[in-house]
Amino acid sequence: MFLKFSLRSVFNGAGGGNDIQWCFSQVKGAVDDDVAEADIISTVEFNHSGELLATGDKGGRVVIFQQEQENKIQSHSRGEYNVYSTFQSHEPEFDYLKSLEIEEKINKIRWLPQKNAAQFLLSTNDKTIKLWKISERDKRPEGYNLKEEDGRYRDPTTVTTLRVPVFRPMDLMVEASPRRIFANAHTYHINSISINSDYETYLSADDLRINLWHLEITDRSFNIVDIKPANMEELTEVITAAEFHPNSCNTFVYSSSKGTIRLCDMRASALCDRHSKLFEEPEDPSNRSFFSEIISSISDVKFSHSGRYMMTRDYLSVKIWDLNMENRPVETYQVHEYLRSKLCSLYENDCIFDKFECCWNGSDRSHENVTTSQSHPF
Amino acid sequence: MMFARGLKRKCTEDEEAAPSYSRQRQSLLDMSLVKLQLCHALAEPSLCRSVLIANTVRQIQEEMTQDGAWRGAAPQTTGRAPLDRLVSTDLLCRSVRDGAGDGPAAPAPRGLQSSIWEGDGPLEDKGSFQKSLDQILETLESNTPLSVDELFSDVDSSYCSLDAVLTGVVGGAQSGQDGLEALAAMAAPAPSTSCKSDLGELDHVVGILVET
Repeated sequence: MFLKFSLRSVFNGAGGGNDIQWCFSQVKGAVDDDVAEADIISTVEFNHSGELLATGDKGGRVVIFQQEQENKIQSHSRGEYNVYSTFQSHEPEFDYLKSLEIEEKINKIRWLPQKNAAQFLLSTNDKTIKLWKISERDKRPEGYNLKEEDGRYRDPTTVTTLRVPVFRPMDLMVEASPRRIFANAHTYHINSISINSDYETYLSADDLRINLWHLEITDRSFNIVDIKPANMEELTEVITAAEFHPNSCNTFVYSSSKGTIRLCDMRASALCDRHSKLFEEPEDPSNRSFFSEIISSISDVKFSHSGRYMMTRDYLSVKIWDLNMENRPVETYQVHEYLRSKLCSLYENDCIFDKFECCWNGSDRSHENVTTSQSHPF
Repeated sequence: MMFARGLKRKCTEDEEAAPSYSRQRQSLLDMSLVKLQLCHALAEPSLCRSVLIANTVRQIQEEMTQDGAWRGAAPQTTGRAPLDRLVSTDLLCRSVRDGAGDGPAAPAPRGLQSSIWEGDGPLEDKGSFQKSLDQILETLESNTPLSVDELFSDVDSSYCSLDAVLTGVVGGAQSGQDGLEALAAMAAPAPSTSCKSDLGELDHVVGILVET
């Protein structure tokens, strides 16, 4: 496993790339050349408070890191993250109908908002979403009247007094248990999951369809977007990411491989094939090449906390969109423009198909860019 | 429309001339077709990637049609074997000819071999390229139809089947050579102006793209 934590840094609204300062505040794992394939991290996600960081890897494991409680004396320094829990979320499966393996690689993790002492998260591979409960145990009952410490029942004739078990502290144990398994709803590979602001439903998106689930119900989901053409020969565009609006539980967006974002309102119809808004920036003719479409493909879309803006990530840039303006973004940041002259090589070695993620920081006034590449440990 | 400049041409000769735009474009087309057909894993290939590559192929083909370049190309005038050309191009568009001046005196197969093994090809992993080559040949030799729509079909992913992969790898060492020579022999007649010839299944794919 190979994980680096970067100190938060900002893109200022008016400024550009020159204001960025990146450095690593913590590095986890071996900086080896021999990284096992299964250890390659495929997704990362902080929980809402930032205290926990979940990582998913190609081997189907989830590792959760927890931030140390900040030292009261040195309150300005950020606490370190240490391993909190590790569990096997998904196993490899075999689709006998197609004679193909279903990879156990974790594509996405999303945390549920915390309601009680336990934490819940959704993790998904290409086909199956699972709801995991992560709970702490730091006490155990001791002093049973009828049982020995190892669980065997005592001989009743030796019981002469009544004794009530009491809880005594023990070493912290973190347990993860699967609570729901949402399976068999996706023909294509799941690329996104997003929890609704109602905290009861969530969506899962694959290349051609988006389904709506209820967190309590595993044997049924509603299809809300379907862009599969009747004739697959006509397929030219796929869904690349989807997210619910942070405040409006009826609104969601999905991005495509052609660089468009569609905003849909579930109140308009049961099947949201017609968008309410279409966000697309006209192509810059001076930059046109055979790779234009590939690099315009959006790999991630995230709403700001306010819900007024959304951030999209394509191969070379990050764009900020105002939901009220569909014809172009309000800000564009070139993340690695120097790659533009190398697109052919990147196409050749498939790196041009790597997908990057992005996220907002807490205040929305500025944003961070956290990127994980599809195939390389980050 | 100019090409991104990232494409490097590695030659055994010292010549530093940049390849012409149409040759770069052809090379990109060939590379894309190979990418569409290969699968390196037992798991399903990414649909997003396949769609993006197929769209790129269509774009190239449209431009070539507009340019009038979409026909069986005339025999190479320069007589050099550009080392970044892939097997499919040679089979489709050129008659058997003497390749680069170096190497043993055998027709197209030698030219192809030299392009695969000599120099620092743009491919980082020659081993996987040889395996890829075997897979193409296996596909060509078998009668499994290969069309763009099959790439996206829900049920039939036979082009990715374990059998095809293993047969191609195992039989590759022996059948590779035979396959090359057999196909080179078929290519001996002057290439027709339409790519809808009986050269092989790769033509079938190309033919579909032309008609699209």
